[in-house]
Amino acid sequence: MKRLLSRLGLRTLALAYLALILVGPLAVVFWRTFEDGFGPAWDALTTPETLNAFKLTLIITAIAVPVNTVFGIVCALAIVRRRFRGKGLLNAFIDLPLALSPVVVGLALFLLYGRDGWFGSWLDDRGIEVLFALPAMVIATIFVSLPFVAREVVPTLREIGDDQEQAARTLGASGWQTFWRITLPSIRWAVIYGVILTTARCLGEYGAVAVVSGRLQGETETATLRVQERYEAFDLAGAYAISIVLALIAILVLVAMTVIRPKEGTA
Amino acid sequence: MSILVRNVSKRFGDFVALDDVSLDAESGALTALLGPSGSGKSTLLRIIAGLETADEGAILLGGKDATAVAPQKRNVGFVFQHYAAFKHMTVRDNIAFGLKVRKRPKAEIAERVDELLNLVQLQNFGHRYPAQLSGGQRQRMGLARALAPEPQVLLLDEPFGALDARVRSELREWLRRLHDVVHVTTVFVTHDQDEAMEISDQIAVINHGRLEQAGSPRELYDNPASEFVMTFVGDAQPLGEALVRPHDIDLLTEPVDGAVEAMIVRVTLLGRDAKVELHDASGAELVVLMTRDRFDDAGYWRGQTVWALPQRERVFAETA
Amino acid sequence: MVMVGLPLAALMWEATSEGTQSFRDAVSSPEAVAALKLTLGASLAVAVLNAVLGTITAWVLVRDDFRGKTVVNAIIDLPFALPTIVAGLTLLALYGPTSPVGIDVAFSRTSIVLALMFVTLPFVVRTVQPVLQELDPELEEAAHSLGASTWTTFRRIVLPNILPGILSGVALAFAKAVGEFGSLVIITGNIPFETEVSSVHIYGRIESGDSAGAAAVAVVLLAISFATLVSIGVIRHFATRHDR
Repeated sequence: MKRLLSRLGLRTLALAYLALILVGPLAVVFWRTFEDGFGPAWDALTTPETLNAFKLTLIITAIAVPVNTVFGIVCALAIVRRRFRGKGLLNAFIDLPLALSPVVVGLALFLLYGRDGWFGSWLDDRGIEVLFALPAMVIATIFVSLPFVAREVVPTLREIGDDQEQAARTLGASGWQTFWRITLPSIRWAVIYGVILTTARCLGEYGAVAVVSGRLQGETETATLRVQERYEAFDLAGAYAISIVLALIAILVLVAMTVIRPKEGTA
Repeated sequence: MSILVRNVSKRFGDFVALDDVSLDAESGALTALLGPSGSGKSTLLRIIAGLETADEGAILLGGKDATAVAPQKRNVGFVFQHYAAFKHMTVRDNIAFGLKVRKRPKAEIAERVDELLNLVQLQNFGHRYPAQLSGGQRQRMGLARALAPEPQVLLLDEPFGALDARVRSELREWLRRLHDVVHVTTVFVTHDQDEAMEISDQIAVINHGRLEQAGSPRELYDNPASEFVMTFVGDAQPLGEALVRPHDIDLLTEPVDGAVEAMIVRVTLLGRDAKVELHDASGAELVVLMTRDRFDDAGYWRGQTVWALPQRERVFAETA
Repeated sequence: MVMVGLPLAALMWEATSEGTQSFRDAVSSPEAVAALKLTLGASLAVAVLNAVLGTITAWVLVRDDFRGKTVVNAIIDLPFALPTIVAGLTLLALYGPTSPVGIDVAFSRTSIVLALMFVTLPFVVRTVQPVLQELDPELEEAAHSLGASTWTTFRRIVLPNILPGILSGVALAFAKAVGEFGSLVIITGNIPFETEVSSVHIYGRIESGDSAGAAAVAVVLLAISFATLVSIGVIRHFATRHDR
């Protein structure tokens, strides 16, 4: 009896905690947004600036995700399957974007590509715009979402071992054939899981992009920057409407994660 | 295709896995690499396959130097202890893999896979996934997969090590019969002396990275080259300065030259054999095995004093 | 490597470009010190809260069973999936001036803790959960059968096993909290000496053109991040000692 009570008590505590911190606030935003029906939210979403912001977010994500997927798989293979000097360093470096403040990341890139930065004048001479333009925003997004694929793939690679890869080699498969036919199919769920996390991170990036974008309305303003801009312009309805779209994407991501997680390791 | 191993050495850091090993496997022969775990036998097999590279020495396949040839180009079939089944492929696709990467025509692949499924008695399992097979079935699939590209050499790394005793002895007989049909030069690694004695033409005993002796099972049993071989292949026990097998001791009721006085402490009947355990004057234990007929004729009893006379004893200079 | 290393090298360069004196000045300016103190204090508080609440949540998700557990389990990852700026806005909607329940903590230090709790919620849960799952319930049953109370069982049997998980989760949460920006921008109001954390302080300096000063403070945050990563590595090293 006592044990049952403590179990119920803990359950209530945990659920209340989650409700107060996670679910409650999100529910209020949904309620506020649709208080007056779908009309106002739809109007707020379809302004040219907002549409442009979403377009820009999608473009950045569409570039950053494939780059980080390839990079993540290559890094994971290097970390698990190869022995080389500086492997420990690579291992430490790859986690750094997770622990680093996005503002610090943004500032570092700002200093590298800014007019007074190391690459700034060289780029300026050739008329290549990086800072306050798409390239810097893409680089910032790649930076902050760098580790996700590698972090998912590394443990899976360790778990499956290299028996199957060796078997493929004795059967005459080249390195490339082994990768495509054996390694990649074995890690596919981990890769997909990592891609989902990377996508979520790219869509939601704010701090680093805020620093390097210059936040030019209709030009270098992403969806998350647009939320902030609308809020500061006292257009709460507009900020809520964009937030809802981003939140819906986040919920989709959660659904995808839940569907995929049980398959990890069994693939 | 013959396999020649010439003066191969291999170290992992400070650990000497193989020390100047040379070995000949004749074309079409079935050779067992026998030794305790950690003796280097698996490393030797992996070096023959090209999965490891030797620090020194050479591997000749069919008379040609293959030391620097990549495993993909050696045309060897390799069977792994833990199957190394391609988990995301069906049994058919597993077996077809070596043919697909060689870009053989589809019809040919299908025909060859059917043939192999029959050979390993998995006709009805072609569309299953490895996870849906038993250990024994998985290993037969592993064998079919290795045989599919028609390798010149078949290498098996403790192929039955992960299976239970009954399945193991079944597969062992089956492998011998298969070898008689396919007749490919085969080397397999085992730590089980019965397995090695039962199916191989030649046994190479490896200990601490060194080849102790290579020869036919009979040669090894009858003429062991070292104390290690004598104790590892068949049972042996010390009697005075010499080693002797339990079957090779006569028990006499009268003292004779060279016989050791001992007392019977225990008698066990093992079906057709009888086991007599003795203690000599110093308290050292001695086991003697004899047929039931001989035991019944002599009528030994517990507490009896007898004289143990070794028939084929061996003295080895170096103690292993 | 170049991708991560080069920008950080540029950052270090800028921070020290005007000599160590100006670096020290930038870091020790009253506003910077106040921001850093606030950041570290709030992050520590949140780390401790996470250790307790995160462990309880993980325990409930692994050992308890109730309807809708799958959904609850999925929701844990919401802070990973939701953009931080949206997180800040949603918290403001419930706990701000227009709160439907009449709680208004906006632009106060409480709001910082609240926002940081939101963004760091998954870390401890997700590092403890797999360890608890691996931990055989028979261990706990054995302890019960030997007469240990629920609390003693937890303290003597469960806790030592999950402690490395808790600690590395707490370290991750701490690192995330120290660097957090997006969720704080809206809800805290960024009042210097009051609710301005270091990342917001850096952003302010960038906006006002003082990139050397921004870089100096950023180097401090970078050092904290790095130290946290190293300590996680150390924790993992010791945690896997028993398995080897």
